[in-house]
Parts: sequence; C-alpha cells; structure tokens
Amino acid sequence: MDKFNISSAEQVQEVLEWALAEKKKLSVNGAASKSSIGRPLDADAEIRLADMQGIELYEPAELVMKAKAGSRLTEITKTLDESGQQMAFSPPDYGPLLGGDAGQSTIGGIFASNLSGSTRIKAGAARDHLLGVSGFTGRAQSFQTGSRVMKNVTGYDLCKLVAGSYGTLAVCTSLTFKVLPKAVKKRTVLIYGQNPVEAVNSLRDAMSSIHEVSAAAYLPQNIANGSDIEFVSNIGGAVTAISVEGSGPSSEFRCAALCEMFKSRGQVEELHGHRSEKLWTYLANAEAFVADQSTTVWRISLPPSEASDYIKALEEQLPALEYYMDWAGGLIWVSLPSHVDQAGGNILRGNLKSGGHATLIRGSAEQRQNILPFQPQNSVLTRISESIREGFDPARILNPGRMYPY
Amino acid sequence: MVMMPKPDPQVLAKRDLLVAGLRKIIKNPEGVIDEEAGLRAFECDGLSAYRQLPMIAVLPETKQEISEILKYCADEKVNVVPRGAGTSLSGGALPLADGVLLGLGKFNKIIEVDYDNRCAVVEPGVTNLAITDAVKSDGFYYAPDPSSQIACTIGGNIAENSGGVHCLKYGLTTNNVLGVEMITMEGEIIQLGGKHLDAGGYDLMGVVTGSEGLLGVITEVTVRLLRSPEHITAQLIGFPSSEQAGECVGKIIGSGIIPAGMEMMDRYAIHAAEEFCHAGYPLDVEALLIVELDGPVVEIEHNNSAIEKIAGACGATVIKQSQSEQERIAFWAGRKAAFPAIGRISPDYMCMDGTIPRSQLPKVLARMNELSEHYGLRVANVFHAGDGNLHPLILFDANIPGDLEKCEKFGADILKLCVEVGGVLTGEHGVGVEKRDLMGEMFSEDDLKQQQRLKCAFDPDGRLNPGKVFPILHRCAELGKMHVHNGELPFPDLPRF
Repeated sequence: MDKFNISSAEQVQEVLEWALAEKKKLSVNGAASKSSIGRPLDADAEIRLADMQGIELYEPAELVMKAKAGSRLTEITKTLDESGQQMAFSPPDYGPLLGGDAGQSTIGGIFASNLSGSTRIKAGAARDHLLGVSGFTGRAQSFQTGSRVMKNVTGYDLCKLVAGSYGTLAVCTSLTFKVLPKAVKKRTVLIYGQNPVEAVNSLRDAMSSIHEVSAAAYLPQNIANGSDIEFVSNIGGAVTAISVEGSGPSSEFRCAALCEMFKSRGQVEELHGHRSEKLWTYLANAEAFVADQSTTVWRISLPPSEASDYIKALEEQLPALEYYMDWAGGLIWVSLPSHVDQAGGNILRGNLKSGGHATLIRGSAEQRQNILPFQPQNSVLTRISESIREGFDPARILNPGRMYPY
Repeated sequence: MVMMPKPDPQVLAKRDLLVAGLRKIIKNPEGVIDEEAGLRAFECDGLSAYRQLPMIAVLPETKQEISEILKYCADEKVNVVPRGAGTSLSGGALPLADGVLLGLGKFNKIIEVDYDNRCAVVEPGVTNLAITDAVKSDGFYYAPDPSSQIACTIGGNIAENSGGVHCLKYGLTTNNVLGVEMITMEGEIIQLGGKHLDAGGYDLMGVVTGSEGLLGVITEVTVRLLRSPEHITAQLIGFPSSEQAGECVGKIIGSGIIPAGMEMMDRYAIHAAEEFCHAGYPLDVEALLIVELDGPVVEIEHNNSAIEKIAGACGATVIKQSQSEQERIAFWAGRKAAFPAIGRISPDYMCMDGTIPRSQLPKVLARMNELSEHYGLRVANVFHAGDGNLHPLILFDANIPGDLEKCEKFGADILKLCVEVGGVLTGEHGVGVEKRDLMGEMFSEDDLKQQQRLKCAFDPDGRLNPGKVFPILHRCAELGKMHVHNGELPFPDLPRF
C-alpha cells in the first residue's frame, strides 16, 4: 500500500486528484493513533497529516487558535498553557487504550472524532469549540466552512458535520477553534461507598446545584482500586467524584458547599491539584482498560437518569462486565471479555430504552467488520447521511466504509 | 432589493385545487387561510422592508397534519416556507407568492420538564422566554436569550441558531439543544439527538440548527436546562473612547474572566436608550460597557474587583455596580430596548449583524463613520462586545425616495467590511433574504455549491424555503456531477513513510 506523508495543503489536493483519476481508496489519518476505531478499511493508499504541523494563529484575548491538522495536541496544550488557557472540552488521549503510545493525538484527529473528556457536561463537546475548517472534499475541491469568530450563522454550520465524521467527508488541513481560560483552581469532591443508584442520584443533585459542576463520575470499586490515585485507589469501595473549577475563592467555596451537601450520603473527601487532574485524566483516557488489551471496550451515551437501571440490566445479561460512569451518568464506559457474542453490541444497544448510542472503541478487526462500531441508524437517517456523504465524496475515496458501509 | 425567485404560473393556476387539498388534510376549517385579509398577517417578518403575500397559509395542529401537508406539497411541486413567530430580522420567514406558508404557532405546548436529565421537551411554537418561565420557580432556566425572547419561538431559534447577550459564557442555541424532532419534505418524522449527548453518526442536529428552515420542519425540541446562578450583578463602565472600551474587553477576557454577558454601546445608542427608559446611563462617555457576572458571591466579588482594576487602567471614567436586582435589570433595560429606542428617534432603521475579530473594532468603527458620512445616514452601534458580534443600526426614512436603497448599500458595505477584517456576514440573525446576495463575499462558488449539496441530502427538490440563504439555486442533479480527468494525472510525487 502506498503511504503518503503530507506536509502541505497542495499535496492533499494532489493525492486526492490522483485517487479520483485512478479510482484509489484512501485511508486518511492524522497520526493514526485512533485508526482502529471504526470498520476496517479496504484502502489502496494511506495519507498521514502528522507532518502538517504548526499553529497559524493564536490570539489569547480573542480566545481563538488556528492550527494545521497534524499539530500535536501536546504542543497545542503547551502553547495554551503558557497563556493560562486550555481547550475546555478536555480532549482525551486514547493512544494507550488502543495499544499505542500516549501523546500522538493530532488536532485534526481530535475534531474528526469529536471526542471529549469529562468536562464535556459543562464546557460542551469538541464540536462546540470548532469554529472553522479548511480542507478538501472527496471531490478534490478546496473546502472552507466557518471562520475565526465565535458567533457565526452564515450558511450551514458544516463544522458540526465535519466534527465526528472520522475523515469520511473531507480532509481537514487547518482547524480554527475556541479556547478558554484555564481555571486557577480545580477541586474534586469524593463520596465513598455509594451503589450505582445512590451515585446517579448524587450526580444528578450535584448537576442541579448552583455550583457549576465541571465533571461528575462514578467509579465502581474495581475501577477505583485500579486508579493509582491516593484517596481513590486505597479506600476499598466505590467512589463518586464531582469536580468544580474556577478562580481560587470560587472553587474553594463550591467545593466546601458540595462537601456539606453530600456529607450525609457517605464519607466525603476532597482531591486537590495534581491528584484531581490525575483522576479526570484516568477517566477521560479510559486508563482502567489499558492494561488488559484483550477486552472489548465500548463508550455509551444515554440519558443520565437511566444510567443505574441500564447498568443493572447489563449486569444481569453480561456478568463479566466492567464499567464506570462519566458525564454525570450520561457516558458509560464498558469493557467486556472478547469472546462475548456480538462483542456485546446487541445487548448494549438493546438496553438503550429512550435514545442514545453505543460506539465500539476497541475491538478486533473481525469484531469491527461483523458488528457496526457506530450506532446503527434507521432507514431515513441512513438515506440522509449517505446522501451527505455522496455530496462530499461521491467516489467514496475518503476512509471508505469506516463509519457505515456506504 | 434582493429579488425572489419568479412564481411558477402552473402552481398559481391550481391555487383553488391546492386550497381544497389542504382543507382535506387540516381538520380545523380555520387552519387553511386563502383570503387576502387573513394572509396579510403573514406578509412579512421582522425584516419589514420585504413584503409578500403567501399563496396560501396553513396552521396545522398535529404532527400528522404537518407530515401530510409536506408530502402533499412535495407531490404537487409546491414550495413551503415554515414560520414561527415571524421575528426573523433577515427575512427567513418571508413568504413566497407561489408558496404555502406553514405557521407553527399552534404548537405551543411544553411537553415535558425533566429535571433528572436537566432538559425540557417543547413544541416548536413555544416562545424562548416561556421555557425559562416554566422552570424558573424551580431554580432553572434556558440560557440563550435573544432580545426578541418574549416573542420568538424555539423552533425559530433552532432555524436561526439564535444567540443573545449571554452567548459568551453559555453558547448559542446550537450549544444548548440536545434533541430535535423534524419532518422532512417527504413527510417523514425523524428524531435527531434526544436526552443524551453527542451524535452516534453524523451530527445531523448540528447542521439542522441554523439551517434557516431549508432542511426540514422542526416539530419538537429538547433543550438543556441550567440551574439559575446564585447571584448576578452588572457593572456599567463608561469610557472616553470606543478604543479604550474595546481594549478593556480584551483585557478582561485575557485575564481569565469570562463574564456572563459583556455589551457595548456607542454614544448615540447610549443617549437614545437613556432617553427612552432612564436606565441611569452616563451621558458624558463615548462608549459604555455593561458587564454581567454570575455565580457565588465570593466569585463575583473577586472578579468585580479585578474588572474594576482593568477598567481603571484602560481609562474608564465611570464605574457603577448594580446595588440591587432592580438596578441590574434597569441597566439591561436600556440595552434591551436599544432597538425601539432608536426606532423612536428615527422613522426607520435597519439592524445589521456582522461579527468581527474584536481586535479590529477600532478600524471597523472608524470606517463605519466614514461610510456614515458618505451615505449621509446616521448609525448607532450596539455590540455584543465579548464575542465580537456587531449590531450597527442604520437610521433612514423609507418615505424619502432612495433612502432605503442607500441604507441597504450602506449595510452591505458594513458587512463586506466585517468579512474583509476576518469576520462574517451574520453572527446571529441569519442570512435569509437580506444577506443572501452577499454570500459570495464570504464563500467561493465551490463552497456555496458544497453547502447546497447538503440541502440536496434533505430536500432534493428544493421545496423548503427556496430563495433564502443561497444567491443562485442549483439543481441537485447538476451539483452532484463530478469532473474527473481520467488517466491525466501522474502518480503523485510525494514523500512516503
């Protein structure tokens, strides 16, 4: 297979024109750190954008940055950090989860997969921060949507489509996104020993409080034990975690108020600084499922109030299940032994009672071939989505079949 | 004036047949309007310079009726214009002479308030403010708050991706919607999103939001509810120049504070607003900022003192903090009434809506003053300063021949200027009819075609709201074609790995 290292937008266009003329299918990647998410590709050539690096614009006072698609997330984070800013949706790093190295993620890959970490419940998803995209469609035509300003309703918001399309609509060469001030202080309130029902109620109450909770999760005992974080790993029980952030006085006040609020529901503890950061990274990157690479890992989005019932149903049908909750119950990470029938997909999806979706994040090529890694859609949504793809990439040269067979 | 597509004589010729057909679908005999007096109510939206009677107006009461109306119109090759409360400032709900106007005003129920999932499911005709009103007593609210929130509907908010003064901290409509139920032009009911987060496949809800009624008819919306903040205060900060006010805005944000709202008004707008509603604005300043903070008292106090220091360093001459909720509301009353206040001192005005990178503000204001002199028309500025969204209000008198045309040219020049400095044509009012012919300033022909291919996926015959947003209507078959130079391209000579 031909592999092209792309370092300029012109080269992208050149490869696309070649692929169209020669009827070649392309695998499109940043640094390929998430290339095992989705259906296996039957591509003739691969293009990697990891060499297309560089921050093209950064104006801290305007909360905006523009970077080339292959720019490493680590570099961007470092630059933002120097100005006391961050990408507020806490972009995760799935490298180790997927059997690779940490720190490989590119900015293009982050937005193309629309993956967000624990703060998604307050700050919004990756897609909410994407302001503009330049690149090329599968027609080898240059493509531009959005801009560098925060408020823009000029034409369709194609940024939303590009985010989460896994490179099946366009090859992004440059992305403009919103950045935000980094909180001066982050604190996490821990509640020990709750069962899933109690935990979901606590998460709900925290989210309904005036304290602008930035992240909220539930770690069953085995997940807490595996964390290597003092006050989480060594308490011998489940941990409910609620995070607040802001200026010093603000996060101290909110943290104290939450402790007061939950002290009757279990022993409470506070995590500060480094330990707090470490906990949320552990959850966002699914580090609990890194060591045993043999399991199948799913990410399930559902209405948060249904999380405990959902888990109860799963535990009856999938006894070997390991899981934890993020997004106040709205996101459930599941790990299953690889031999489970259909990788558990039918059960995980069948138990979604009122909407939601399950995405296979880690599975063997065979599993990813045989079951849809992305949530199956009804016939109307399939027709519309397929027509959208047709409009962007009529010859199906970009990551063919990666999300759905069309 | 922007020209609308020519009415189809074949459609006009069968108007009576269509009325009869629609009467069979809609149970309520008053749900089909075909008399001029009744149609007059729908002839324009908030962009009142453009008026057109629809061929027929329908006011369905059930989803089934909407579905059947759309299917019927698709079969009969009749165009459809959806309408919420008709508050669009860009002509998004302007009727078509050969089209059916689909009013959604009867869909005004709040279906469910779900505090466990912190969301509400509402019908599209519910007003923006009614959502907050329904949950306020339980301590919740819906964040996006366009100035028309008393009247504008949530369905229209989805269509326009409406903003408001609190976007900087809380986002636009698109960031606060969890789910949308929509009916396609073929009459199919589809659910996008729900009470969960993110899309399982392509983010169709994301592109439907802000699609200006061109992709489908919204029939149900699930919005995110937020807990009302513990405490809110507002500060008035006056400056001797707009440059200093602009600099102050940048420094506040640069210091790590994201206020809940940060608005700016120029001298002309300040005076008009103060005269209109006595908000307590200082009259001896060139620019006024309203900075709103929310959260716990400790956080507000901390940030307020930081902002005071920054403002002082930027040359503020007046700093006034609201001492009561009543005073805070008064501070806002002036800003929120800025449009009618201007309306009082000028027979007509046109509100523009560009967004610019904030650093370009001095340049844009200076250029706008030059343009004002050139056209001989006055302009007042209100500005969502935090996010760079500019609302110049151009004052004119439609009774003076040529004034409207002059105003439109002036407006177009302002928007071109916004694009020139790296901004956009519209920040929150939409393209609609008003800015349709300026789309080429911001997008290449290829980009506009690519956007229209999206419409083809939802509405291949182009029946929904044609003549809006896109200056040239292309047929989907033509847009689908691709020219490939088979065999003419060499193997790319690029580095491999």
